[in-house]
Amino acid sequence: MAEALIKLDHIFKTYDLPGNNNSTVLSDINLEIQEGEFVAILGPSGSGKSTLLRIIAGLVEPSQGKVYYKNESGEGFRTGMSMVFQSFALFPWLTVLENVKLGLKNNHSLDEKQKEEKAIEIIDMIGLDGFERAYPKELSGGMKQRVGLGRALVMEPDLLLMDEPFSALDVLTAENLKRDLLELWMEKRIPTKSIIMVTHGIEEAVYMANRAVVLSRDPARVVANIPINLPHWRDKQDRMFTALVDKIYSILTTKEVGAATYKEDKTKKLAQLPNARSGALTGFIELLEDIGQKTDLYKLGDQLNLDLEDLLPIVEAASMLQLVMIKEGDIELTPIGKAFAEATVLERKEIFREQALQRVGSLNTVFSALNSKSNGKMPEEFFLNILTRHFGEEEAQNQLNTIIDWGRYAELFAYDEHVGQLFLEKEED
Amino acid sequence: MRREFIQTQQTRKFGWVDILVIVLSFGLLYFILSLGSGMKAPVVPEQISEISLDPLLLPYYAGRSLIRMFLAYGLSLVFTFVYGHIAAYNKSASIVMVPLLDILQSIPVLGFLSVTVTGLIGLFPGSMLGPELASIFAIFTGQAWNMTFSFYYSVTAIPSELREVSAMTNMSVFSKFTKLELPYSMIGLVWNSMMSFGGGWFFLAASEAITVLGKDIKLPGIGSYMATAIDKGDINAIYLSIVTMIITIVVVDQLFWRPLVAWSQKFKMEQSEGDEQKSWFLDLLRKSVVISQVQTVVRTIALKIKSSIKGINRNKLNLKENTLIKFWVRLLKWGAAFGVIYVIINHVFDGLLLVLQLSQSDLLKAIGYGGYTFLRVLAGTLIGTLWTVPVGVSIGLNPKLARFAQPLIQIAASFPANMVFPFITLFYLNYHISIEIGAVPLMILGTQWYILFNVIAGALAIPNDLKEASTVLGLNCYERWKKLILPAIFPYLVTGWITASGGAWNASIVSEIVSWQNHDLIATGLGAYIASATYEGNWPKIIWGITVMALIVVFTNRLIWRKLYKLANEKFNIA
Repeated sequence: MAEALIKLDHIFKTYDLPGNNNSTVLSDINLEIQEGEFVAILGPSGSGKSTLLRIIAGLVEPSQGKVYYKNESGEGFRTGMSMVFQSFALFPWLTVLENVKLGLKNNHSLDEKQKEEKAIEIIDMIGLDGFERAYPKELSGGMKQRVGLGRALVMEPDLLLMDEPFSALDVLTAENLKRDLLELWMEKRIPTKSIIMVTHGIEEAVYMANRAVVLSRDPARVVANIPINLPHWRDKQDRMFTALVDKIYSILTTKEVGAATYKEDKTKKLAQLPNARSGALTGFIELLEDIGQKTDLYKLGDQLNLDLEDLLPIVEAASMLQLVMIKEGDIELTPIGKAFAEATVLERKEIFREQALQRVGSLNTVFSALNSKSNGKMPEEFFLNILTRHFGEEEAQNQLNTIIDWGRYAELFAYDEHVGQLFLEKEED
Repeated sequence: MRREFIQTQQTRKFGWVDILVIVLSFGLLYFILSLGSGMKAPVVPEQISEISLDPLLLPYYAGRSLIRMFLAYGLSLVFTFVYGHIAAYNKSASIVMVPLLDILQSIPVLGFLSVTVTGLIGLFPGSMLGPELASIFAIFTGQAWNMTFSFYYSVTAIPSELREVSAMTNMSVFSKFTKLELPYSMIGLVWNSMMSFGGGWFFLAASEAITVLGKDIKLPGIGSYMATAIDKGDINAIYLSIVTMIITIVVVDQLFWRPLVAWSQKFKMEQSEGDEQKSWFLDLLRKSVVISQVQTVVRTIALKIKSSIKGINRNKLNLKENTLIKFWVRLLKWGAAFGVIYVIINHVFDGLLLVLQLSQSDLLKAIGYGGYTFLRVLAGTLIGTLWTVPVGVSIGLNPKLARFAQPLIQIAASFPANMVFPFITLFYLNYHISIEIGAVPLMILGTQWYILFNVIAGALAIPNDLKEASTVLGLNCYERWKKLILPAIFPYLVTGWITASGGAWNASIVSEIVSWQNHDLIATGLGAYIASATYEGNWPKIIWGITVMALIVVFTNRLIWRKLYKLANEKFNIA
């Protein structure tokens, strides 16, 4: 058995929030990655996947726990690794060749000429022959990511880290690049021993990796560790393939919803609202009504051309409001959901209002706070402060935006953006 | 800061229009001059009020100065809208108007301060109104050009869809202005206004106390208070005026500009979060009940005005359809154009004759002096760069520090540097430092902040992933600067250089001659040349000096800065 290339030992990451609070992003992550493995880290958006990757790289220090790389733990960036970024992170003022050569900066065994030769060799390998003197802005997205990949590979890393490397590319370009990378990896044309890829594309993970590590959200824990033993090249239409995708889908959705309700019942903490707009939500319910039966979530996402990142919040919101029911990766309208779908615009608002006030703690809090004021007005900062204490600055704004969107849709309250004020609409005539 | 600049620095080729415009500006310059020189012995106001150094009068003086600043700003706004509107909508006019604005921007306005003072005193003999207007005019010339540029480029950049909508809904010229052009240009205009206003303090301090034809004229204001304190060598009064100045700048910033900037954010076209501008004063205003009542009153009045204006516009529309009137309007337009051209050509000719009175050595002397001042500007810009780059980058790489430092730097940039000149002059006198070198720090003192400002903005804009990538690639400190930081801030640095060096040229007129009580320090340079010419009232020298300086500024802009700017945008642009 190969030795563990990297080992995460009880990793925690917390960020300090105002008012003696802190938010835990990563909670007790234990993970071992062996030589020869291609691991995909999956999780809903905002789950801290990218933070985890940066902790592995040594770009971010964990709050607790240790990272062992080849049995050694050290601080700072670890040599022997390289990273591919979602946004490519190319230096715009350097040519393709210079960008790739930057990866050889610390390779002191090569002289200038050898470095150049090696960089050109890599550029040929990643299919950018002829573009050596081009600047990144002359290249398409796919070609830019090839440069990013080339710059990482020229370092001949033992461990290649990839942070959502394909998510900024269009579908066809991404497909093409995935194949090329997989080919390099499988034919061992690169000396890389292991690859860790952070992604939110389940299909992508099942297509490429040997193992999928599934994280939950808020805070992130490892909820599943799924080996993918299908032989390459994998057929996306294959029954085994879709079954695996389906399985991960259901893990992600059930954990997701489970986590949210768990929190509402057991602790007095505010439940985090999924960032779904009311418009998207009603559209989704209408669609389910059209389908008219229990549906596979994965197929639904595929059909709608939505990836996990976009679909999950909507599903979660619908489930939170008890408009849908989710069981083992299948989704179905509840009686309330059916009533909602068949209702008129005004009736819908009524159903939504009722469900929201009952089920959504934060919306209820805002509504009662406004009601308690004689003029029915409150500045948004007030709510933002409360939310910041629970969710941190960045997420608090998202939460407030969702609360305002839902509140406006339900006609619970109105919002004046310029003044930054939430207020109850006076009932006129 | 930078975004605005891109708008105002569109790369045009230097062509015959520019030469024409340079000649035209020369004529314009002489035209203004001849207005002044026509009155050989202007009746200097009798009741020149003595400036008292009583500290209790400082708030009053600050108030007088503030009124001057705001009147000048109002004038700049009116000029901006009128000039920008014509340049944006009248294709044939814009051919001349846009380059003219560019040249006007390069003319050292302090140079003909005494000229305008003389001219305006002639217009209002025996009254303080003349110097008062001259001071306002000086501040105006320091404010108007870049505001106009900003407005012009915003209006020309209005998407055609929005124009089509306004055409379909049959908007009147007035409602097109209030509903489309003004909102569209608001953010850039407010930002440039704030910058211009900050720069205006410098001109205020320089223009309140001025010597014309051997006569001292002091307008009641904080600048004259300072000047009087210098004359009398009263250090305490100097300190007091500096403190008052800072307080005034901070108060105006907090109560006027911050709220305006925060308010103007609602005109943002793209809905992006982040870099939100906040103003406590605006929040206060928005929440107060009195204000909301005032708003309703204002709104109803505005509605009434609007409806009456609509009526007028309708009448106008009818008028325009009349072909006979159209013909007359046309004739009038052409007549006016020819009139202006005739007057200007006439003055170009007269001006040339006047300049030719100078001996050849005098003519060459100005050019040679221009070389000295040019070297000082370069040296000053270099010094400004050497310290602002490390400081600016370390501030910019630390966003928390940047948020704290930026408003402070903005105040430093607004503070009229000429108010601290006396201390430096005293220092030079005591330690026998030559003004030939000593003028350099004086020139850059007020303008280096623009470099710092831009460097910070540049460092703030370095994307996080590039920083991470440099760590992943194992770049050491030296390589990090060479491959990441310097290239990334370069476009911002160039913007800072252009602003700072332009300001340094203007400052040379007050920096190359400084005095403390009755000690005068005079450097060899074009700034000193112009300053002494205005002191003597030597018209040929004034015209020639200003022309040479404007030409040097225009050519360095075209030949150095604009090339660098183009390079910066082509090669070092991150976006």
